[in-house]
Amino acid sequence: MELLAFGDTGWGDELFYATLMTIAVSITAMFIGFLFALLFTPLKLSKNKFLNFIANSYTTIIRGVPELLVIYLFFFGGTGAVMYVASIFGYNEYIEINAFITGAFAIGIISGAYSTEVFRGAIQSIDKGQFEAANVLGLNKFGKFFKIILPQTLRLAIPNLSNVWQITLKDTSLISVTGLVEIMRQSYIAAGSTRDPLFFYSFAAVLYLFLTFVSMKLINRLEVKYSRGY
Amino acid sequence: MDLELMINSFPKLLSAAVITLKLLSVSLIIGLFIGLFFAILRLNKNIFINKLAYGYSYVFRGTPLLVQIFIIYFGLGQIEYLRSTVLWVILKEPYWCAIIAFALNTGAYTSEILRSAFQTIKSGIVEAGKSLGISNKVIFYKIQIPIAIRQSLPAYGNEIILMMKGTSLASTVTLMDLTGVAKYIISTTFKPIEVFIVAGGIYLFMTFIIHNVIKYLEKKYSFN
Repeated sequence: MELLAFGDTGWGDELFYATLMTIAVSITAMFIGFLFALLFTPLKLSKNKFLNFIANSYTTIIRGVPELLVIYLFFFGGTGAVMYVASIFGYNEYIEINAFITGAFAIGIISGAYSTEVFRGAIQSIDKGQFEAANVLGLNKFGKFFKIILPQTLRLAIPNLSNVWQITLKDTSLISVTGLVEIMRQSYIAAGSTRDPLFFYSFAAVLYLFLTFVSMKLINRLEVKYSRGY
Repeated sequence: MDLELMINSFPKLLSAAVITLKLLSVSLIIGLFIGLFFAILRLNKNIFINKLAYGYSYVFRGTPLLVQIFIIYFGLGQIEYLRSTVLWVILKEPYWCAIIAFALNTGAYTSEILRSAFQTIKSGIVEAGKSLGISNKVIFYKIQIPIAIRQSLPAYGNEIILMMKGTSLASTVTLMDLTGVAKYIISTTFKPIEVFIVAGGIYLFMTFIIHNVIKYLEKKYSFN
């Protein structure tokens, strides 16, 4: 137990902050994923073949290529891309991008592909009559979307989004390869300096189990909330 | 775009893809047996056995695959007793450690897929078998398993693709699979986009093949 002590003697406080970092990266990535889903879901549902093609390429490529490969692309390519854009504006110094931003963005793009599929499925399973009724009531586009379609979509999407959240949470462990100190990276450091990998990696597994368990409980409550009236 | 690099790295990446496929197929076969075993335990009426099987699938589905590989590869080697047994011959090899982790991981997901497939089999089918005087064993092997396989094909197809992506983690324990070689080429040439296109293309091609094979099997084994 003394390995987990807080303060200078143990790894308790380090692992605690690392857990907070995992939570922060996961939430940021999930949010970035929502932004991507917000952009690509309409494209998926659009009648325009070209827009369809773009959205389908995004979800197919991201869901067919390993997460680790995407992270390497961002880790090695991110700095170069940002510096290239900066050089267009006449800035030629070396720019280092924060590991948090690179990681959250890479996981966010992956999470977004899954979210897009979830939202597409949810919107498609809403009865056509709901759209027509909203039109008949004379609601404008925004009213129709935010008051009629979105609440029903959320109810249908929450169970699947909870799966996406679990995937996202577990994927953040892969960001450890970029050096961001989250649970996995901190366990790696602790395992290296104490030569006790079995203990620290098992403890990391417990931390992840705790996070998935707690988030499942919270999501179940959300599910109940959005299912009122059904 | 560095076309020359893309053409030069293609054969290297292609031969690394063979290792990816090897890792995938071996762990899928072992994982299928593990999954079937735990799915049967889940259907057991004994609460203790039931909970044990549920605990296995909960732990392996609730933790990242990376943690599982690290526990097996770095963690188990720490136990002095294990080092003196025959098991050490297997556990000192990163290749087998990766396969054990992948098989246990995919086994957990497979057990859930098979369990739900067994549970959706209508009880009337089993009763029909019983009333024909067929023994329980034959009902299980000749009636329940074939139906369960058909029911679980779509979900299992997804699991194969997820597992194929999972094998990329083998590169974290020094194995040179497709992702491992891709990372090596990226870190020596600093051309991430070119390498990503080639390696990602190979992965997508494999996804495409798996997807279509599963689709074909679904059609072949459909009831209509």
